[in-house]
Parts: sequence; C-alpha cells; structure tokens
Amino acid sequence: MATAEKVFSAPRQTILRSNAAQKLLAFAALIVIFVVFSFLSPFFATTENIVGILLATAVNGVLALGVTFVIVTAGIDLSVGTVMTLSAVMTGLTVSLAGWPVPLGILIGVLTGSVAGLINGLIISRMRVPPFIATLGMMMVARGLALVLSTLETGTIKPIYFNDVPLFRQLMMGSVLSPLLAPVAPDFNLPNAVLILFVAALVAAFVLAKTVLGRYTVAIGSNEEATRLSGVGVAGWKTAVYALGGTFSGLAGVMIASRLNSAQPALGVGYELDAIAAVVIGGTSLSGGQGTILGTIIGAFIISTLTNGLRIMNVPQEWQFVVTGLIVILAVYLDILRRRRS
Amino acid sequence: MGDLLLKMAGIEKSFPGVHALNQAQFELRAGEVHALVGENGAGKSTLMKILSGIYSKDAGSVRYQGKEVEISSPRAAQHLGISMIHQELNLMNHLTLAQNVFVGREPRQPLRFMLDEAKINAQTQALFDSMHLRLDPRTLAAELTVAKQQMVEIAKALSFNSQVLIMDEPTAALTESEIEELFRIIRQLRSKGVGIVYISHRLEELKQISDRITVMRDGHYVDTVDAKKVTIDQIIGMMVGRAIYESSPEVPERPDQAVVLAVRGLNRGTAIRDVSFVLKKGEILGFAGLMGAGRTEVARAIFGADPIDSGEIFVKGRRTAIQSPRDAVRHGIGYLSEDRKRYGLAVGLSVEANIALASFEQFVGSLGVVDDSKVRSIASRYVDLLSIKTPGIQQMVRNLSGGNQQKVVIGKWLTADTEILIFDEPTRGIDVGAKSEIYRLLNELAHAGKSIIMISSELPEILRMSHRIVVMCEGRITGELSAAEATQEKIMRLATQRSGMVAVTENSFAAKAKVR
Repeated sequence: MATAEKVFSAPRQTILRSNAAQKLLAFAALIVIFVVFSFLSPFFATTENIVGILLATAVNGVLALGVTFVIVTAGIDLSVGTVMTLSAVMTGLTVSLAGWPVPLGILIGVLTGSVAGLINGLIISRMRVPPFIATLGMMMVARGLALVLSTLETGTIKPIYFNDVPLFRQLMMGSVLSPLLAPVAPDFNLPNAVLILFVAALVAAFVLAKTVLGRYTVAIGSNEEATRLSGVGVAGWKTAVYALGGTFSGLAGVMIASRLNSAQPALGVGYELDAIAAVVIGGTSLSGGQGTILGTIIGAFIISTLTNGLRIMNVPQEWQFVVTGLIVILAVYLDILRRRRS
Repeated sequence: MGDLLLKMAGIEKSFPGVHALNQAQFELRAGEVHALVGENGAGKSTLMKILSGIYSKDAGSVRYQGKEVEISSPRAAQHLGISMIHQELNLMNHLTLAQNVFVGREPRQPLRFMLDEAKINAQTQALFDSMHLRLDPRTLAAELTVAKQQMVEIAKALSFNSQVLIMDEPTAALTESEIEELFRIIRQLRSKGVGIVYISHRLEELKQISDRITVMRDGHYVDTVDAKKVTIDQIIGMMVGRAIYESSPEVPERPDQAVVLAVRGLNRGTAIRDVSFVLKKGEILGFAGLMGAGRTEVARAIFGADPIDSGEIFVKGRRTAIQSPRDAVRHGIGYLSEDRKRYGLAVGLSVEANIALASFEQFVGSLGVVDDSKVRSIASRYVDLLSIKTPGIQQMVRNLSGGNQQKVVIGKWLTADTEILIFDEPTRGIDVGAKSEIYRLLNELAHAGKSIIMISSELPEILRMSHRIVVMCEGRITGELSAAEATQEKIMRLATQRSGMVAVTENSFAAKAKVR
C-alpha cells in the first residue's frame, strides 16, 4: 500500500479555501464601507438610517436570490425586474380594483412571477433559446403587459394605489418583530420586508444546499453534459430553476407594491442589473457551478449601503451609478485574480 | 477467464462522409481485461460508444449475458451494468466525490425533496474502502488530481454494479506510480469477475495488463490475439496493415538548403518537453505521432498562440521573440489549424474577406479605407491559382466543401506572404479526391520555396508527403526519420515510445544526434 499512500495523499487544492476567501472578502468590504461612511457622516450609523438600508436591500435582495439559482446553472435572467413589476400590477388589479382578499392578491402576484419564470424555463430548455435572449424577450413582454394591465382602470397608464386597503401597506412596512425587540431596542422598528428577506434567504440557502433541486442546480452549472450522462433530466430541472427565479420575482413584486403603497407599471427596468450585480459581487461565478446565498445577501447589502452612504454624503445620483459599476468590475476582477493564482 | 459476457457482431456505423465501423466485432468474457487497439480513426471509440449507448448502431447485434439487447441511452447501458469511463473525465468539479458518485439517483430523506447527505457519504466511503482508496467522500472533485478523479469515476461505475467497464485511454494523463495504482484496481476488479475493455495506444502497457488484444483498422475487425503470446511488433503490424498505399513519390531530403526555422529546447509544462528541430527551405517536414502527443501544442507555441516556459526560436538564423500570432505573421509564419471552423476561418464571411483576413494592412488605402477592388483582384487570383471551387468570391465560406475551405485558408496565408506554413491535419474531414489536390498543392508550395511543417495522424499521408519526419510522443520528440528510412512500423514504434519504458532505439538515437 506504499504506492497508494503516496498517490492518494497529494496536497489538497485551494478551492474550498478560496471560496471562503471570496465570501470573507465581500463581508470585509461591507464592513469597510460601513466604517468609512460612519466616519464621514454622523447621520450614517444611526438606527433610522440602518433600518433604511435594510429596507432598501429587501426588494433587490429577494430578486437576487432567484437570480443566484439561475446564474449557478450558468444561465442568466434579465426578466426579473419587469416580471416583478407585472406581479405588482397583478396584485394591484386584484386587491385594489377587483377588491379581492389581500392573501389571494398576494398569491396571484407571486404566482404571476412563477408562471413567467416557468415560461422562461420552457423556452430555454425545450426550445433551446439561449437564456440571454429568452429572458430579454420576457423582460420586454412583462414590461408591456404591466403597462397594458395598468390602463384597465382609466384607459391611461397610471399607478394603481392601495389607499383603500391600509392592511396591504402594513404587510411590509409594519413590524411584527417590534414588540419582541422593544425591551432591548425600543427605537429599532424593523419592517416586515426585512424579515421576509431574511426568511426568504434562509429558504433559498436550504434549497440550494440541501435539496435535490439545489444539487442539480450546481451539477448543471458545473458540467451540464456530465449531468445529462449521469441520467438526470436536465431540461426539467432547468425549467424548475427558472420557475423558482420567477417566484422570487413575484414575491419581490408584492413587496415593492406594499412598500410604495402602489403598483408602478413603469418601474422595474434596471432592477435585473442590480440583482445580477449583487449576485456577482457575492462571488457567484457567471460560468456556473458555484455560488452561495450568503454571498448574494452580502452583495445586495454592499450595493445598498454604498448607495445610501453616497446619498448621505450628498454625492449626486449620477455618480452613485459610476461607483456601483466600478465596484462590480472590481469584485469580478478580484475573483479572476484569485482564481488565476490558485 | 470466465463465461462469455458480451458479443458484438456485424456492427455498422456511418457518419456523414465516413464509414466508421464496417462489420466490426468484439467479445468480452467475465473476469478478463480485453484490450482494443488501432490507429486514430480505426473505430475503437465509436464501437465502445455504441456499447455504452452514446451512439446508436446502424446494423449488427449485441448479445449481453446471453440475451440480445438494444442499448438506446447511457442510462440504459448503466441499467444493464455497462459503464464507460471517457477520456475526458465527466465529473462535476463543484460537487463532492460522494455527490458525484450518486448524482441522478440520490437517496432522499423521508421528506421526498431533501437529500440524505450522510447516507451517500457513508455509501461512498464503503465503496472507496472496498477499492482500498484513501479518499474523503466530502472532498470537492476539483481538488483531486486527474488520476484520483479517474478512480472516482471507476467507483461511480462500480456503484451501478457494472459487469462491463470500458476505459478509454485511462493512462493518458497519469504518471508511472498512478498507473501502477490504476492497474492494481483493474486487477482487483478482474478477480471479482468484471469484464474490462481497455482502449490504449500504449502498447507496452497492454502486455502488462491485458489478457487478450483485439486489433481494429479503418473500422474493420482485424484479429483477436492472446496478449501473452503476441509481440509488440506483431501488434503494430496488424494495426498499420500490410495494405499497399499509393506509392510515395520521390521525395529526396534537401540537405543543401538553408535552415529557415530552428527551434531549440522548447518547453511548456508537460505538453512540450525539450523540443528541438530545424526546418529547411523548400522542405516538407512531417510531424507524426498519436493524438495528444504534443504536435499541435508545438505548432501553437511557435506561432505565438500559447506562451512557452523556455526555448528559443530562430527564423532565418535570427533569434526571434514571438509573443503573439501577430508577431509570427510578421516573421512570415502561418498556421493552418486542425480545426478550420474554429480557428482557421470566419465561416460567416465571404471567400474574399477570408483570403484578405491575415493581411488587411496591404489593402488599406491612404484614407484608411479598404481598397475593395484590390481585395477582389487578389482573391480572384488565388481562387484561380488554388482552383477553389466556389460560385464566386462573394460566396460565404460556410457553404464550401471541406477541401475548398482548406484551400481558402491556404490562400489566406499565401496572401499574407508567409514563408513558413504549419499545416495541422490538413486533410482532416476532406474527401479522398480533394485530399490528393491538397497534396499536389503542398508539393507545389514546397517546390516554390515555401517551407512546410505538416502535422498529420495519418501515417500514409506522412510517408507520402514528407522529406523528413519528426515523431513525437508525450510532448517529446522521440525520433527523426528521413523519407528513405521511414516506415509505418518505425513511426508507430516511436510514437508509442513512452519515456523510461523502452530502450532508446538506434533511430531515435541517431535523430537526437542530428538535432543537436
């Protein structure tokens, strides 16, 4: 067994370690950004502002969860932003205009996202249209439908408000945790939207790490052909991944409608890019096979913290885009450097 | 050796333009290692891909465990207990070893959608233990060496209770001690009654590991022999056949000519090891060897397409630092890739655009505008000169036949005024008629004073065309032969000569002396 000993005890490579390093790096970056802004502005590290950052992360974070699954399969979903809007409008139509019960409206909003994702998945896996094109198409279709549906009330494109249903706004902006937190932090009014983000993230992390769907998501992204040769029904699982991504968009749609107390049909374009940026900053590889939910959440927080901090510093919005863009490039470049070294 | 496990007979398979298998046959007994050998393109892999359900056969029968079977998919093959370990390994790098072994049939926990990680880890550990492998099932596949990944693939195959294990060139990427370990496992499986098909080009290995050897040539079955009783020379004889190929034209060496290209001590990782040779004016220098011997790597290194670790390249006696294909073109070197569609041609562009592609600077007028009429006239000239069959110079290259596409690439490099042309498998995928035209063209080019390196895996082609022949194996030059002394047998021997396993032959010794 002397030979076997020698052959099978070669040094372990550094992939595990480097994966942890990327998450650590992103987390360290978040801390640094936080500390820097705390020094630069007395208004930054206040309870109110931190709650603001958390709230601002909620919608993009939920979108990014779905996008993480898609990108881990080495795919892409450009439709998440406008599908989110379509879901918001569907909830608005059913709850505000048709007067249906709020839970039913929410379900319809979420399912709208699921259906859009399912269609994406079928177009990609059955018709073999590349994900970029299929979801680009869906992005436009969803945008158009959201605008069309918003004209049903008055004949012109206008937002649908939830003023008659005060309960709906409370869903996201209310705080079920406040009574619990009151003894420790009486000022800390954590909105439900943030709670939903964390619960959704836990569910997503569980699905990715512990379920069959998560396993095949990674397997397909790592080596689609080998997965097929192992007897896995790749087309079906891919469809499921896009449907899951769409479901998260649907949830985000309900959340944004509640937060704004309205369904804004013109909103949504550009959200997909923020979501993809969060995923990429979080260390998920666009070539598939690797990515984590924790990384994505950190990535989403980096973007919103940065945006918030720059705004507090009175940096014009134009420059906020510039900074976010540079951060995305830097994050991916660091990842490439690290890979090249190992 | 046990009972007859498998019998394939009368197997036919055609791909567009190629009759890959012609009445091929093969049999396998339980508890034997049966080697399958033949030159590149002999049909070994095709036959085994039919057995493992990747290709479907056009005709013929497969009897397995006494019953006629139809193997329609890799999954069907797995269910029958037939597994194939491919040359390109098929593991998912981002999953753990246990996850790889069980992908597609994960045991689930009582709640149907949840994975039972503990169970697959335990089962994989048991599997590894039974093979005496010291591997942790929770390691990521990407962390393993190729050798260990291969062991994991074998473990995966065994977890299907495979009765037939097909291994395609399993030792191609392994070191000496890793091969020993692989052989230990193969012997262990054999003693348990598994039938093993072993495809390899390394003939010395076959004597060590196999019980019987089946030889294939050009899609035909040649013979099955007892590995203990056959010599390597006899195997080579069967592989290359006694068929007389078209007699080679007189190609005397041209020692009088000046050296145009000299390569000294070229190294890149394990792909290129201490490669040195010279190329003379007006000469066709054949590069022979099996696939993966490092010939394409040498060509790409000279052409600046890949970086080198060390080595010197002299063009017309001057040392040159070629860092990129652009540098190479400036020094008058052109490379015609083996994969024309990927690296050689812009198939979506016209014939004229492709011919001008490597030398657009020539055609740019004073205002930075491309001089279309000049492009047209040069393109037309080469279409005539090379007799490229095309409806017109505006025709999209995609629509031309393989032979004519190859001529367009040649036209491109002639336009760029290259003196040194490296042809990588110039006749791959080209039909017989067009082949002889390409040969004629190469001869004419050499006659006109161009220097040519021709990489080819087809021995008759190498023998027919070359003034001198360099043979490579595993990144090294194992020998150099003059046209007069070269035979298929001598080339095959050099091409399968792994370092340290075969004594230096007289030829390769002489060759090394010549190169230095």
